[in-house]
Amino acid sequence: MSDQAVPAVSSPPASGPKERDGRALQRPLLLRLLARPEVGVFLGAVAVFVFFFAAAPTFRTGSAMATVLYQSSTIGIMALPVALLMIGGEFDLSSGVAVITSALTASMVSYQLTMNVWVGVIVALVVSLAIGAFNGWMVMRTGLPSFLITLGTFLGLQGINLAVAKLVTGNVATDDISDMEGFDQAKAVFASSFTVGGVQFKVTVLWWLGFAALATWVLLRTKYGNWTFAVGGNKDSARAVGVPVKFTKITLFMLVGFGAWFVGMHQLFAFNTVQSGEGVGQELIYIAAAVIGGCLLTGGYGSAIGPVFGAFMFGMVSQGIVYAGWNPDWFKAFLGVMLLGATLINLWVRQSAARR
Amino acid sequence: MTTDDLGTPNGTPTPADRVPIVELRGAGKSYGNIRALHGVDLAVHPGRVACVLGDNGAGKSTLIKIISGLHQHTEGELLVDGRPVRFSTPREALDRGIATVYQDLATVPLMPVWRNFFLGSEMTKGPWPVRRLDIARMKKTADDELRNMGIVLDDLEQPIGTLSGGQRQCVAIARAVYFGARVLILDEPTAALGVKQSGVVLKYIAAARERGLGVIFITHNPHHAYMVGDHFSVLRLGTLELSADRTQVGLEELTNHMAGGAELAALKHELAQVGGVDVQGLPEEKDLRAPVAAPPEGNS
Repeated sequence: MSDQAVPAVSSPPASGPKERDGRALQRPLLLRLLARPEVGVFLGAVAVFVFFFAAAPTFRTGSAMATVLYQSSTIGIMALPVALLMIGGEFDLSSGVAVITSALTASMVSYQLTMNVWVGVIVALVVSLAIGAFNGWMVMRTGLPSFLITLGTFLGLQGINLAVAKLVTGNVATDDISDMEGFDQAKAVFASSFTVGGVQFKVTVLWWLGFAALATWVLLRTKYGNWTFAVGGNKDSARAVGVPVKFTKITLFMLVGFGAWFVGMHQLFAFNTVQSGEGVGQELIYIAAAVIGGCLLTGGYGSAIGPVFGAFMFGMVSQGIVYAGWNPDWFKAFLGVMLLGATLINLWVRQSAARR
Repeated sequence: MTTDDLGTPNGTPTPADRVPIVELRGAGKSYGNIRALHGVDLAVHPGRVACVLGDNGAGKSTLIKIISGLHQHTEGELLVDGRPVRFSTPREALDRGIATVYQDLATVPLMPVWRNFFLGSEMTKGPWPVRRLDIARMKKTADDELRNMGIVLDDLEQPIGTLSGGQRQCVAIARAVYFGARVLILDEPTAALGVKQSGVVLKYIAAARERGLGVIFITHNPHHAYMVGDHFSVLRLGTLELSADRTQVGLEELTNHMAGGAELAALKHELAQVGGVDVQGLPEEKDLRAPVAAPPEGNS
């Protein structure tokens, strides 16, 4: 018996020069483009734009566009971190009321203690980041779904907002802080306007686009972005190759806290007072904008540009209905249809693009 | 047959005088009063493939868990470079150059191949506030490394989930090799694969050996083991049933040790149908007609 022959496989296969092995053809440019997460929502946004452009004459004016953009930016600034968190595989249902918590904190701290509003702004930032860190820490610590943990935070904050506001101010709304020290400065940062070509735009639009650019860069060009995709795509694999999973997830939750702080500050300095019962339901709008923007609900896939268009679609629909002279009660129904449609388009696009 | 034509795949004699990278001496592990592994000896030399065979529950998993640092042995010794060690985390084992490639726990399916390759050890450039991924260098390195292992991929941007199971294993192996592994532990890399894909993985195991790595190849398939192995250890019920070099054991004997009677006949028959196997090592046709009826369908 010649059992002792050399192993049948003993040398590495030849590694040829840089060539394609012919099994996979270069995919057509169009298909490769369609495989990008934000393309579906971009086409959707164009469709909605064309629709209202044709249906509502007032929609075509510059000031209408400024209003649409403003509306989009308040959703979009929050939709960005919510999308990043979703790519990282988690949800935050408390993001809507966290905005109000942040605004209430800033308003009450500066008013009750009669301090410069910037003190309130900083305290609010710390509180917002702490809420995010709490959510993230609880999720990582318990291993429970973030849906449950943040549902708890959501209900808790909703109650705290109302109760503490009533306790401190004796009212459901906080006092007007527009005459306080530092207010004008803070308003310039968070809620001012600027004029381009005779049309007045809100500064939040700039912040929104700036944050979006930053988020895109971080997501695609940094370690942290790589880790975000990894912890959402396969947590265990990520941990096995040395990605700091806990750090990544907790900071993603804190990023949502940061977004809530920023939008909260905008609301405070735009309207001077805060209604403590607001914010409920907004978290679903943010999540919807992220999903319409091509982020996968189960994590690991998405972009930061997609949610920009997702929020833009929301802005266009909510204002477009008004400009078209329809009953605004239809807004939510319209949104529901849009969400379903966008999700289906995304699904179809991804499936047809992933097919080889 | 004489033994003149014997040789290891590298054509070098067994490096008995060299210190093995990883060695187990009478190692064992008890979970409470259950003895999962007892008195196991195993030596892993550079440029050699040590196969660990055994049926389900034979203690293969326990063995790799001890070497990869997931569990600690409760008896005997674990030596790395001749010195006794006791790993408390997988990270420590990794730092000593012992990398484990698990069946699925290695990749993020939706991420591109090159991002998966460098995940957790990304290359960056630029000072801190604008420190960014060095994408061009990572893609180039990943491509080069994969080519060195003989893996040619058309598009490093494609999600790794679109690769076949065998290709994914190969990327994971190439990654472990690139990040300084001296010993590769492969946990049943061919278990979930078809014949062709198994062949691909076996090629890369051979490629890793060519590069001078020690390989621990865990499997319950003696055919696969015999195609690349230099040393074979068969575990049964937590103890070593066989520990032999390639020169001392044939495929038939190896199979015999893995299973007996009816199973053996079935395995022989299966073996006869696999193309491209070390045919010289096949038993005679008549031997295939083992006690239990096996369809006479040999194609040798």
